[in-house]
Amino acid sequence: MNLATRALVVLEQASKEPLFDCRMCGQCILHSTGLTCPMACPKSLRNGPCGGVLVDGHCEVEPWRPCTWVVAWRRSRQLPLWRNHMERLNPPVDWRLHGTSSLVNLATGRDRQTPTGWKLSR
Amino acid sequence: MISGEAPIPPPGAPRSRLEALLRGGHFVVTAEMQTTDGADPGEVRELAAGLGGVVDAVNCTDNSAAHPHLSSVAAGHLALDAGLEPIVQFTCRDRNRIGLQSDLLGAAALGARNVLLLTGDGVGAGDHPDTSPVFDLDSLHALRIARVLRDEGTYLSGRRLSTPPAYFIGAVENPFAPPHDYRPVRLAKKIEAGAEFIQTQICFNVRRLRTFMTAAADLGLLERSFILASVYVARSERALRYLRDIVPGIDVPDEVMGRLSGLPRERQEAEGFRLALETVAAIRELPGVAGVHLSSIRGQDAIRRLVAETGLLPRPTPPAASPA
Repeated sequence: MNLATRALVVLEQASKEPLFDCRMCGQCILHSTGLTCPMACPKSLRNGPCGGVLVDGHCEVEPWRPCTWVVAWRRSRQLPLWRNHMERLNPPVDWRLHGTSSLVNLATGRDRQTPTGWKLSR
Repeated sequence: MISGEAPIPPPGAPRSRLEALLRGGHFVVTAEMQTTDGADPGEVRELAAGLGGVVDAVNCTDNSAAHPHLSSVAAGHLALDAGLEPIVQFTCRDRNRIGLQSDLLGAAALGARNVLLLTGDGVGAGDHPDTSPVFDLDSLHALRIARVLRDEGTYLSGRRLSTPPAYFIGAVENPFAPPHDYRPVRLAKKIEAGAEFIQTQICFNVRRLRTFMTAAADLGLLERSFILASVYVARSERALRYLRDIVPGIDVPDEVMGRLSGLPRERQEAEGFRLALETVAAIRELPGVAGVHLSSIRGQDAIRRLVAETGLLPRPTPPAASPA
């Protein structure tokens, strides 16, 4: 990683971590999830809440806080844009991108690469 | 044929008895098989045999509640030995994408013709809370991978399989957990990912299930999948309290709890059974529900009795698969 890229990573982390509880997965889908980082879910779920959400909407693993996806769903309803992104099937995480700049990966298209066998042909 | 092996269905034919019955419009009955904690195959065969003739398939759970048990793949194979069709479950908690694909192929090679992919409880729910959770994938990724193996005949990497697995693909959904209005949308995503049949979380709230089914119908999901609703046979007030207070994601409304609480111990079992009977009857009235999935803690006899008393016996025989 060159110095400029490194600076970008530091800046990205410094801004997104306090704002969105960002975990630097390097393939950001914040805008699709009501500006709520799905990687804050203890199960790293990318496609909605698990079945263990408590009756009061809290997380089963960390019951002292609301479920990441309950918050994501609520916030996504309040956003003027990207509401239908909650209907999208998000591909598996590419763990090699962890700790890299999602802005760079967005610019290069690297964050949109899916595994070769991911798409169904029919 | 070697013991426990199931023939590979011809192309276009239903992969399993369960799929054949659902496609034939039958109201199906599945049940959760009790887990075992030993290396004796006889123990599993005996449990499976105990449900023979009363259910169409049994779920072999995958280290349920994050407790290790005999593997679901092995249990599925032993259930087949006992003449019962398994639904082999796989969670994302204990395996990454490499392990999942190898286990799916292994299960299929050992005769599993139904698989069910789910997220899995967090490790904190079990007796090894000090272990590291995997969660490389979520359940939708796992569903898609199962589908890719079967329909594309490749691994997720694109590498070709010599013989693709033949199984009917299932998922779970919890209509009773928040955010309630997102659950049908998430179900649609699961179907897009690869799910063909759905088993719900245990239903104690038929009104909530009705709302969910209506939303699913509005999204056109009932034409694209079969939804089975789960019913639990509570044998005591304590068991019901355990589900409400300890198992995450189960909605036990106060009026349901009230039916067992305060009753003398010897009347609780009968009331729990009556509650299950009424729930099955109410579910059968809901448009679009394709079957029931039954569970009870150490209650195989209760499940047998419940199926008999709800008038769901004898179980139908699916038409024999004819070579295409």
